[in-house]
Amino acid sequence: MNVTQRYRYLYKPLVFVAGLAPLAWLTCGAFGLFGVSLGADPVKEIEHECGKTALNFLLLTLAVTPAKSLLGLPQLLRLRRMLGLFAFFYVVVHFSVYLILDLELNWSTLGADIAKRPYITIGFTALLLLIPLAATSTNGMMRRLGRRWTQLHRLVYVIAILGVWHFYWQVKRDVREPLIYAGILALLLLYRVVRARSAARAAASARAHLTAAPGSATAPERT
Amino acid sequence: MATRVPRIAPSEITPPEVYFSRRALLAGALAAGVSTLARGAGSPPAGAAPLEYTANPRYSVSEAPNRYEEITTYNNFYEFGTDKEDPSENARNFQPRPWSVTIDGEAETRGTFTLEDLLKGQPLEERVYRFRCVEAWSLVVPWVGFPLSSLLARFKPTSRAKYVEFTTLYDPHRMPGQRSSVLAWPYVEGLRMDEAMHPLTLMVVGLYGRVLPNQDGAPLRLIVPWKYGFKGIKSIVRIRFSATQPHTTWSLAAPNEYGFYANVNPAVDHPRWSQATERRIGAPFLAARRPTLLFNGYADEVASLYQGMDLRRYF
Repeated sequence: MNVTQRYRYLYKPLVFVAGLAPLAWLTCGAFGLFGVSLGADPVKEIEHECGKTALNFLLLTLAVTPAKSLLGLPQLLRLRRMLGLFAFFYVVVHFSVYLILDLELNWSTLGADIAKRPYITIGFTALLLLIPLAATSTNGMMRRLGRRWTQLHRLVYVIAILGVWHFYWQVKRDVREPLIYAGILALLLLYRVVRARSAARAAASARAHLTAAPGSATAPERT
Repeated sequence: MATRVPRIAPSEITPPEVYFSRRALLAGALAAGVSTLARGAGSPPAGAAPLEYTANPRYSVSEAPNRYEEITTYNNFYEFGTDKEDPSENARNFQPRPWSVTIDGEAETRGTFTLEDLLKGQPLEERVYRFRCVEAWSLVVPWVGFPLSSLLARFKPTSRAKYVEFTTLYDPHRMPGQRSSVLAWPYVEGLRMDEAMHPLTLMVVGLYGRVLPNQDGAPLRLIVPWKYGFKGIKSIVRIRFSATQPHTTWSLAAPNEYGFYANVNPAVDHPRWSQATERRIGAPFLAARRPTLLFNGYADEVASLYQGMDLRRYF
């Protein structure tokens, strides 16, 4: 198998099955199948686990770029879309569980929560911002949008910050876990800042070299 | 004598569809007035020592109590970890006996008393109370205990005693959660004297007719049913009569979120979430959310304690 085939027939299906594993586990717990138990409050457990799984996939999506250059595996990029779509999928399930199982479709409470509870406001904003990214994740949309696709998908940085912040803000007291998420996100974003800076510096020095070159070439002639 | 609550294997936990149908059946039975059937809703492990007590229907709600498993695996007891399941696992080897409680402050009788001494001459009663957590979930719990007032009276508080302060055991070796600084240990709670002397305020030593399990605050805990659950301090080692309002742990940790009074009130939201409704643990999917009642449904008994007080300010 060549690289394309390995990804198409082996790695992508594996990631797909792994991505569905949390959902399968929670479903078994919800219905008491195979001895899986979600404890005394299964609704909260499903809600929180879906939220955390969404964040996990979001961070994995953001880890693809550093991983491919640090490990020298450019082909990892082929997995990124699926990881991102899993993040979106679990955010949607997380929100649905909150609306249906937790609020029991109490729409006025939903409205009040989104308007009055800052952690829900930012979580909901992150969900809304993910929709255009999921909608433009196809090859066709990538082609059609060209450079604007890249610009649009930079929204993922904002979404990830909102998502981790949403997690941090809803915790009652023990913020250790959300802080771990925040730390990982900070590293992933820092990597990009450092890369962008060094790229900018490289470009600047290249420009300087280009403009200096004719000068240095002509200067000796004038003296 | 120590109480060990055996760990419940996942395979021993009734699948939701079975117990949901059982609860539906129970709800029907209750409606038909067969309230004693509710005991079937969850039974304590055979290892827990039975207590001698009488039921107190006057102070019991008619709602079906939660299953024993729910009350003993869904706990906020940060001394044993911050996850709900942590206390049931980390408190398994905790030895709540021998135990003693120090009484001090504004009282004629002060000193350190053994648990047996404190319980002497206190007839135990069972009261089925609503339990409302500040996190907007709730339980119905058959506690076994005695009125705090009859314990406090014994120490003859002086006229200067305006408040009662309670302190939890501080022992990071026995309470591993105290090794983390998630809260300022030891846990401290307090009541105004009239709240402490109210007949609903209960010193709890048992659950479901048996000795209180460790994760629920063994051997001695407080239950104030019209207040949020965090007021119900667990594993008490000190009771101090005070002229000034005690500095309570949660109100120190987040003063804008947790007040000294912490009365259940659907009209006063937590800054980060609504208190208008609550989810009843163990209730069927899509039928668990219910409106929260003022003073957790005990307004008739306790509203007069707060007459003229701005409950938004004194939250």
